[in-house]
Amino acid sequence: MAVLAKASAEAIEALWSALPDRPAWTHLRPPEIGMVMVRARAGGAGQRFNMGEMTVTRCVVRLAGGGTGHAYVAGRDGRHAELAALIDALMQIPARRDEVRRSVIDPLAATQAEARARVARRTAATKVDFFTMVRGD
Amino acid sequence: MYVAVKGGERAIENAHKLLAEERRGDPATPEIALSQIDEQLSLAVDRVMTEGSLYDRALAALAIKQARGDLIEAIFLLRAYRTTLTRFGASDPIDTAKMTIRRRISATYKDLPGGQVLGPTFDYTHRLLDFSLADEAAPALAAEVPAEPGSAMPRVADLLNQEGLIEEEAPGEDAAVGDVTRNAMTLPANRDVRLQLLARGDEGFVLALGYSTQRGYGRNHPFAGEIRLGEVAVEFTPPELGFPVTIGEITVTECQMINQFKGSAERPPQFTRGYGISFGHCERKTMAMANVDRALRADDLGEEVTAPAQDEEFVLYHCDNVEASGFVQHLKLPHYVDFQSELDIVRRLRADFEARRTGEAAE
Repeated sequence: MAVLAKASAEAIEALWSALPDRPAWTHLRPPEIGMVMVRARAGGAGQRFNMGEMTVTRCVVRLAGGGTGHAYVAGRDGRHAELAALIDALMQIPARRDEVRRSVIDPLAATQAEARARVARRTAATKVDFFTMVRGD
Repeated sequence: MYVAVKGGERAIENAHKLLAEERRGDPATPEIALSQIDEQLSLAVDRVMTEGSLYDRALAALAIKQARGDLIEAIFLLRAYRTTLTRFGASDPIDTAKMTIRRRISATYKDLPGGQVLGPTFDYTHRLLDFSLADEAAPALAAEVPAEPGSAMPRVADLLNQEGLIEEEAPGEDAAVGDVTRNAMTLPANRDVRLQLLARGDEGFVLALGYSTQRGYGRNHPFAGEIRLGEVAVEFTPPELGFPVTIGEITVTECQMINQFKGSAERPPQFTRGYGISFGHCERKTMAMANVDRALRADDLGEEVTAPAQDEEFVLYHCDNVEASGFVQHLKLPHYVDFQSELDIVRRLRADFEARRTGEAAE
């Protein structure tokens, strides 16, 4: 779910469309835009407090062959929540879990890992290398 | 007192049409796209999300465009929009120790584990106008070096904690979390409510108060223990699922201020803490917020309250720019009847005054 939430709707759509045997499905709960109050902690580790809200879209789908999928994803993209719920539903079917993981989750995770690694490399280039000037006589 | 006055409809309608045209500016200039605001005015977007108290880059960009770049007006628009949405619930507290770091500096330790990582900062720029930006030119590519895999970035406060020289933050899980969007604030306010109000508070107001503490109005000698910027996962437990799911990632900036404390009858001399956090990259705001958070803890720490920044009522009732702007700007509303009665009183007082003076001169 973390991978699907962080992916774009377009990226999931492309992988979803490429899946063989996509089951028919219906909404149990059509995409709904709402908010989640983001909590933080004083000092990072102390008392909880309400920092501010974020937009979130949720959706629940049911596959024709049975099985439901849930999604809560940041933002206001209904299709994103729908696709995440569909993938979630497929992953609940034991016979399809590995295939969906291989063809949807893994590629998305790899793209996200590469983006993170790039950020890490660019960030690492701004790390300060302190050196001490030795006073000579 | 306000009186219903009719007759302004056409003027208002035309004023709004005029506003729309002024907003668009010269049609010969290309219209600005929301993605351009999001990407190229990203710190404005960050501020609007933080003080608008709603994380949504596209909405903040739209608000900035609609408000013609007036960020306080944009914040107002975002606050108004959020009232139209259902709240699904509250997230689990974000864990800033697990942040994907893009910037992390400390002014208290030079060689701290994980190092000083500057990231995208205005610091060390010379604040000279860069005329090359007046033309469209691609910037030089950012440098890349191999990142040390899994290099830990422990919190600076935790390093001091090992010696017991800094107060420990207690999670206090049992306490309910105050929410000023649901319940009116009452005084004295708890720290959770103070932090919520400061997080959405006006940057200018919080900055000035934070500055005042450094100039001696409630002095508590701050050190920037640590400032970090990066992405954190947000986890939420939907009631129908009963287990936490990651719903996305948000960018946050966090500032841990470390302050001197001489100790009191109950507490040993130790360092105390002030905390600041924002959506996006609002570094100045988080530093000022940490100063004010610490100042507002005067009562908890048995310090004498002498300065504005320590005065909870003063700070918390005036830090919200939507409320402040609304009350100041309501002065534009018709006060015709109010003013008529004031005018009457002043005329009467003036007549009395003149009569008295004439009488005295006659004696």
